[in-house]
Amino acid sequence: MGLSLVGASPAPVNQQYLFEARQMQALSLSVHIPLVCFGIAFPALVLFAEWRYLRTGDPVYRTVARRWSRIMLALFAVGVVTGTILSFELGLLWPVWMQDFGNVFGLGFTLEGFSFFVEAIFIGIYAYGWDRLRPGLHFASGLPIALAGISGSFFVISVNAWMNHPTGFTLRDGRAVDAHPWSALFANPFFYAEYVHMYFAGYIVCGFLMAGAYAWAFLRGRWGRYERTALRISLTAAAVAAPLEVVVGDWAARDVAQYQPVKLAAMEGLAQTTRGAAEHLLGWYNGHAVVWGIEIPKLLSLLAFHNPNATVKGLDIVPLADQPPVNVVRFAFQTMVGIGTLFALLSLFYLYISLRRRRLPNARWFYWAVLLAGPLSVVALIAGWITTEVGRQPWIVYDVMRVDASVTGAHIIPFGYGALCLVYLGLAGAVVWLLRRFSRIPLEDDDAG
Amino acid sequence: MLADVPIVFVLIGITAYTVLSGADFGAGLWMLIPGGGQASAAATRDDTRHAIGPVWEANHVWLIFVLTVMWTCYPVAFGSIVSTLAVPLLIAAIGIIFRGTTYALRSQLERGEGRGVALVENLFALSSVLTPFALATVVGGIATGRVPVGNARGNIITSWLNPVSIMAGVLAVAFSGYLAAVYLAADARRLSERTLMRDFRHRALLSGVAAGALALAGLLVVRAEAGTLWHGLTTGAGLVLVILSGLAGVMTLVLVWRGYFGLARASAALAVAAVIAGWAAAQEPLLLPGLTVRAAAAGRATLIATIIGVAVGAAVLVPSLGLLYTLVLRGRLDAAASDEPAAPAAVPGPVVVPVARRAASVPGTRLAWAFAGVSLVAGVGLLVFASPAWAIAIGVLALLACAVTVFALTAAPEDGA
Repeated sequence: MGLSLVGASPAPVNQQYLFEARQMQALSLSVHIPLVCFGIAFPALVLFAEWRYLRTGDPVYRTVARRWSRIMLALFAVGVVTGTILSFELGLLWPVWMQDFGNVFGLGFTLEGFSFFVEAIFIGIYAYGWDRLRPGLHFASGLPIALAGISGSFFVISVNAWMNHPTGFTLRDGRAVDAHPWSALFANPFFYAEYVHMYFAGYIVCGFLMAGAYAWAFLRGRWGRYERTALRISLTAAAVAAPLEVVVGDWAARDVAQYQPVKLAAMEGLAQTTRGAAEHLLGWYNGHAVVWGIEIPKLLSLLAFHNPNATVKGLDIVPLADQPPVNVVRFAFQTMVGIGTLFALLSLFYLYISLRRRRLPNARWFYWAVLLAGPLSVVALIAGWITTEVGRQPWIVYDVMRVDASVTGAHIIPFGYGALCLVYLGLAGAVVWLLRRFSRIPLEDDDAG
Repeated sequence: MLADVPIVFVLIGITAYTVLSGADFGAGLWMLIPGGGQASAAATRDDTRHAIGPVWEANHVWLIFVLTVMWTCYPVAFGSIVSTLAVPLLIAAIGIIFRGTTYALRSQLERGEGRGVALVENLFALSSVLTPFALATVVGGIATGRVPVGNARGNIITSWLNPVSIMAGVLAVAFSGYLAAVYLAADARRLSERTLMRDFRHRALLSGVAAGALALAGLLVVRAEAGTLWHGLTTGAGLVLVILSGLAGVMTLVLVWRGYFGLARASAALAVAAVIAGWAAAQEPLLLPGLTVRAAAAGRATLIATIIGVAVGAAVLVPSLGLLYTLVLRGRLDAAASDEPAAPAAVPGPVVVPVARRAASVPGTRLAWAFAGVSLVAGVGLLVFASPAWAIAIGVLALLACAVTVFALTAAPEDGA
């Protein structure tokens, strides 16, 4: 299903706080996305621990699963509300986008709502059902949580992929008519690389953040069987996903090269369309070229099109007004790739030691690295989303509707942005406080309670 | 015809949200004013808080359902509503953040005391009152025709701060309190907490009478302020539904009086459903002033896709919700009593076997590593070099197979870490 254009684009809305509206949306997304990683990956890890307990009867796995299920419930509760804020904001901040295109992409959110239902229902049963349900039944009640975590992110990302590569409707007077939501969302060639990329990212973020907590325990000298078991499960999840993410990322980047050449040009700081384009590491885009970077000839063409002499489109294929802010996108992209590469190396080291020596690494530097990998994984995650979303600018629906034409005309943005900042600051404080309490609860409590 | 189906979903969603989440919000109201009963305020607060634990998240999702069906199927109406009524929606959103996070926070402080805990509880309670109030003012704004079509075309203040909206907000809070009290009375009876049961029965009767009086007063406000709505509610189907709602409201009070809490909940739900259907009947066929439901509806393909999606979703949802509520109402998810030795009772079937004996055979492990290696090569090869969709799909599956195999081999070595 293609996209045909009839009539003019909608005019910009008179809204002096457009930038603040974008900041507000970005803030809410940045708070929510790390929690999504836990929704994607954590249920599977908790269930793995419980499954090991059921198989071996080893109580340490039970302790791991129980403690993690409490964390899972708390993070889910916070994810419920931060996700709700997003669904409010999509309408509150971008009502014209909803109004003109909701008929195409809305289905993705409706379906996500059902995933959300299933997750909420079974997380209640699972987290409150310890000792109350038969062991097999309790384990089974966790399976829908894992499935719904996967399907929920699937539906939401299908909408994001549609915004980046909109298809499945006819545009008339700036508004979508003759919408075909199924094919628009799920037959979208841009969608699958983006989804798989995020899916692996979920395991990397969840795995490294959890492992970071136990690496901290190691460095503090608390290194019992519980910590070793918990670290091994969480770190293995991240370590398996991180090297494979390099392959998935390559696939995703080639999709960007094909469907969003301007975004790729911004990610690479490529001003002019170039045959045999070079790749630049680090450096700064001065409006014409990348300066002070390390240039690797022909690498960009090779990476983007598997051909060292391929022609890569530059920013010059569109007017300046249609170009995203290059340095933001490029810096975010390089941050993600850099951190991801370090993760892949760290992971291969860990897997090598685990495989050859059949034990956990002993070196202290390794545990410092794992501890650092937790927050860095969130940095990489947000950097990746900045690449996607800032790289999409100035469009909310790529090449179809501009962000400034979609924003609300209501004068609520400064008030809302301020209130939201305060709320999230409070939330951050509460989470830190909670995690500190968690780390102080003696283990016996979980076994008894 | 097709265009009317999703609005029915929306109305069902609003009803379910009012009845189910309403009870959870009401629990917050009773935590705000836990006194006046024979049981101690602390016991009342604890009981109230525990009661909503397993269900509040699932109940909350009805709101998301309403929003998503609205923006998919009636996008023009949705855009107009959220832009004009941005302020109360923002207030509700902030209330929702506070309520959810403070609840999660409080749950982690089981034995907690002191000022921190009191602050968390009070924030939870206040946001539980603020949120239904704000959401009900949105309904009031729509029902009184204060939302014109377009991007923020209505008055950003009077669209929700008007007599009918305020009346609706207060009624929503009172009604939430009533639902919660009925629910908590039934819950206390199940737990054999006689004092708490009597307290909540009193609270239910009080708040029920208050809600009824507010509903009647609300009708008078509607007559004075919103002639069109009043006309719709006092003629034809609207009138029938308003009378039905009134009868169900009286019946639910009688049932609480006699102690039939389960039935009282059902008739309270009927009263809500009838009043929401009455509102719909009163403004039918208009969704917003000058915009009929049919004109607001998205195209045929979108409506059919949504109907299919909701039907499939309902097939999953209904049995799941049934399971959750059955477990909750039978007390299967209650916190284990402290004197009960919980852990040993639940040791699973397989007896603890010395772990070493369970070690996988070496050839089996070798085979698994070989499989991981082959799937890695296949996955990387296909993802990097193939372009047809089916080849990429196989490549992704191969990578996942590799990931799962390596994870299983590494995450839990047979020597138990």
